[in-house]
Amino acid sequence: MARKSRCCPRSAVARLALSGAADVRLLEAGLSVGEALAAFNAAHPQAGGVASFLGKVRPSAGDSPVKALELTHYEPLTLPGMEHLAEQARKRFALDGVLVWHRIGVLTPGEGIVLVAAAARHRRGALEAVDFLMDHLKSAAWLWKREKRGIGWHWIEPRAEDHAALARWQ
Amino acid sequence: MAVRIVFLGPLRDLAGVAERDAPAPLDWATLLETVGPQLAEQLREERVHVACAGKVLADKTALLARDGEEVALLPPVSGG
Repeated sequence: MARKSRCCPRSAVARLALSGAADVRLLEAGLSVGEALAAFNAAHPQAGGVASFLGKVRPSAGDSPVKALELTHYEPLTLPGMEHLAEQARKRFALDGVLVWHRIGVLTPGEGIVLVAAAARHRRGALEAVDFLMDHLKSAAWLWKREKRGIGWHWIEPRAEDHAALARWQ
Repeated sequence: MAVRIVFLGPLRDLAGVAERDAPAPLDWATLLETVGPQLAEQLREERVHVACAGKVLADKTALLARDGEEVALLPPVSGG
């Protein structure tokens, strides 16, 4: 989008400070996993466990090599929607904290697209929250993804499995 | 002042532009006329949503965008 966005220009700063119980960001560049998880861990000392998931740009789709992946968003809806989702997860799984970071823009194979983390008293809540967040980000967040492979760009649509995965939580 | 129509994802490719302006007020029938038959066909599909002034409409056919408001055309999403 051309308009000014509420995104963070950098994924992390030297001393990363996370905001409260839910840290939700759209990132225009880089996604520093180690730093994010270290800060998240430090922000929730009372938790008994932290679970996380990192989604990455795959190097190929079937037989075609993927050259790039582009994620677009819609400013008025995307971040508010992700914040609502993080809050749902926090309440549903009684989390001490939740982190949801999503990249936008053009990415290359191997780069991180999405990082979610959940801190809870017990592991089950943390693991389930991460699963819940990813199922919703895949097919219920205001993001559109296309891959550059072969001669052009190809839009990615959620698969039937993605919808089925989402339905598990309803 | 007018209503701004924003095309997202694959709908942007179909429209050939990211956004365009239309005279206000803009209702569902006028939106379909404005975007042309190919996009109108997409918009009628259940899986395509419409947002007006930052809110996703529960019933897109009830669209009534006023002067200065933004209408976003939202095809199926794919994040993560």
